This record gives sequence, C-alpha cells and structure tokens, in this order.
Amino acid sequence: MLKTRIIPCLDVAEGRTVKGVNFVDLIDAGDPVEQARAYDAAGADELCFLDIKATHENRGTMFDLATRTAEQCFMPLTIGGGVRTPDDVRDLLLAGADKVSFNSAAVADPDVVARAADRFGSQCIVVAIDAKTVSPGKWEIFTHGGRKSTGIDAVEFAKTVEAKGAGEILLTSMDRDGTKAGFNLPLTRTIADALHIPVIASGGVGTLDHLVEGVTEGHASAVLAASIFHFGEYTIREAKEHMANAGVPMRLS
Amino acid sequence: MRTALIDYESGNLHSAEKAFQRMARETGAGEVVVTSDPEVVAKADRIVLPGDGAFPACWKELFDHRGIFEAVDDAVNRQGKPFMGICVGMQMLASVSREYVDTKGFDWIGGEVVKIAPADPALKVPHMGWNDLVIDHAHPVLEGVSTGDHAYFVHSYHFKVADPAHRLAFCDYGGDITAIVGRDNMVGTQFHPEKSQSAGLRMIANFLTWAP
Repeated sequence: MLKTRIIPCLDVAEGRTVKGVNFVDLIDAGDPVEQARAYDAAGADELCFLDIKATHENRGTMFDLATRTAEQCFMPLTIGGGVRTPDDVRDLLLAGADKVSFNSAAVADPDVVARAADRFGSQCIVVAIDAKTVSPGKWEIFTHGGRKSTGIDAVEFAKTVEAKGAGEILLTSMDRDGTKAGFNLPLTRTIADALHIPVIASGGVGTLDHLVEGVTEGHASAVLAASIFHFGEYTIREAKEHMANAGVPMRLS
Repeated sequence: MRTALIDYESGNLHSAEKAFQRMARETGAGEVVVTSDPEVVAKADRIVLPGDGAFPACWKELFDHRGIFEAVDDAVNRQGKPFMGICVGMQMLASVSREYVDTKGFDWIGGEVVKIAPADPALKVPHMGWNDLVIDHAHPVLEGVSTGDHAYFVHSYHFKVADPAHRLAFCDYGGDITAIVGRDNMVGTQFHPEKSQSAGLRMIANFLTWAP
C-alpha cells in the first residue's frame, strides 16, 4: 500500500537556512545539507528546499547544495524558488534535485509547465500554488509571497497545470501559512478531489493532528511542514507514529 | 572492475551515480562511470540503464546515441554481464510499451508496459511515493531485503510481465504493480533504488557484487 509522505521543507537564502534548526546533534545548524542528513536519518519521506531569495547571481549556491545533498541523502529532493525556464529545471536536475517546483513562472505562463514536462517528464515537475481565500469556497492565486493578487481561480489553475503535465501540486494556503492553525482543509480537499495527480498540503501546521487532518479531511497525498520539525517540537518519528495511530498509512520502518 | 551507468540524456543521473559510487566503495566493486560511449560500455563489467520520463522519448534518446543499444545488447546477451534497469530503464526490457503510442521494447523480458489503472478510482496516478514490496522469488540482488521493506516509486505506467517467473517482487496499488523483474543476468526495478534509502542501497550493493 502506498504510504502518506511527510516532507520537511527548508527555506534557504544564499545557501543557508533562514530559520535555525533546533536539532541537538548538528554541527552547523545553518547548513541545509547537515539538516537534510538529519532528516534523512530521521526517516523523512522526501525533502524540499525552497530558495526564498533566488536570483540569477546566487543560483550557484543552490546547485552546490543540491549536489552535496544528493551525495549524502538517498531520498527524493525537491527544489523550488526562482525557477523560470526548462533550462532552470535542467540545471537543478543535473545538480542533484529529483523534482523541481515552478511557482510564479507557471502563473505567468502555464505553458512553461508543458515545455518542462515534455522535456524531462511529469514525474519531476511540481507546481507550487499559493492560494488565498477570497470568499467562502473561493480561492485565488497569489504570487510574490502572498502579496500580489492575480485574479486567477486556484482550482481552475490547478486543473490547467495538471493538463499541462505537472506531476504533483504543492498547495500552500497563504491564509494559514505561519499561523499554526492547521491546513486550509476546504481548499486542500477541493483541489485534491479535482485532480488526478498527488497534492501536497502545506501552510499552517501547528500540531500532529493537523497533519492527520490534511490527509483524512484534506485528501492530500503528502504533508509538508517546516517549523514544527525544525524547532524540535516534534520528531519525524513522532509525527509518523501519530498519523499511523490515527489510521493513516505511514512508512515506519 | 567497472560499472557503466548509461547516460542517454534521459533524466537525472546524479543521484544514481552517487548511490552506485558510494556502494561500490563500500563493497570494493571498483569504479562507476557515467557514459554514452559504446566502447566504454563494451569494456564495462556491469551495466546500469536508468530512465525517467515518457517511454517513447527515452527510446528515441537511447537510439539517437548511435551504437549504445548494440553495445549494451552485446554485453548483456552475448557476454552475460550483469544488467540493471531502473524505472523506464526497467520498462525498456518489455516487449512493447503502450505509453502514448505503441513502442517496441528490447523484448528481453516478455510483457507489456501499460497505464496504471487502480481498482480504487480515488488512487492517484502517477503512483508516487513509498510503497512496500512483496517478494515473489528470492534473488541474490534481494539478499537482505524483505517483504514489507519500502521503496520509492514514481511512475504512471507499469510492466505486466508475461511469465510470472520473471516478476521478482510487486507492490499493491489498487492491484498488483510489478516492482522488480529479472531473469538470468538481468534485473530491473520500477522504483528508484538510489532514492529508497537503506533498502535501495542494499539492492545496489547486491547488484554490484552479483555474479550471475
């Protein structure tokens, strides 16, 4: 049986993690590769690096991170942030990423998803959707870290990028991100039920029950979280056992 | 000893290269080279064929690299060198793939590659993530790997083998999904052993020391 994935996400700027990670045994808590190794050893199912200050000038640091991580962690690695073209995808894949995530570039031009998927396969193309509630049961895409409205309906956009060849959706609720109030479950469920491809729920996790709800009520295939793991509130193992006890199929071995 | 990882510009070789290099170091299996040179393939002791993306595109890329298939075919079928296919590299062993258009495979292991159609319509395609293996037949490459161990899958098509003896392991995803195929000196994994943490690394180590 396929297991639900837990994906810790590291925000990276200029090669360093933005928020510190509170693992006791890290030599350098700001080094994403050290953190990736710790999560690998802890049984995380995948890893995600998000380059939050991606610019042309500092791309090299992300390539270096991808390479060093792939040398040491034998698990899937997704990299997002500042990905604009199929060539950006190629460069990150060659550096060591297994999947690459488009965000605002796909909003500006959904065809970039098709061009990348045709060239590298849908299996490595993720589209990150940042959505905000605009009225009950209606969600809109926002870009630029949730500051810029686009007027695009999130559910319709998700269907569009699926049709263009996205292999997976990383869905972040901008209403919930950073609140620790739990996932936006109606948003997650509406998009997960509307698509055939897997949806990763993101934004708002504060407790282990939130992870469970993302799957049982949000119908997500995977759950992404940052701070509850980075700050040592919960271990990956605790999260997996909690989810398994709630009846969610998890990889515990 | 040298293992050739075939580079025909299909997908990401970096993690496969690093995983095979690491396990080659640990098992004393010599060097691992990434190559698209038929002469390097001809001199290698073991062959690994990866592959990501759509079957017809992989097939075209492979045959656009002149002489590569012939070198692999000679090494595997005439000289009996150990071969491992990964993901689409495993599917290529089939007789035919139905992905988009019918495309002939190597026909080294009889069967066809068809779209995953889970009995439960709520199950998503692609089949993406960690699934537990059920081992059909013991095999040297599966030494130390047990039913219940997890592997990382990402695919929308799967290999239905004609002869059950050639299916070494499967997983359940609204029906049986072939996870590992093999006969004689060849094996193939639908999942990515290079991304499957300890069980995957174990299979890579076993392959690198396998003497069929």
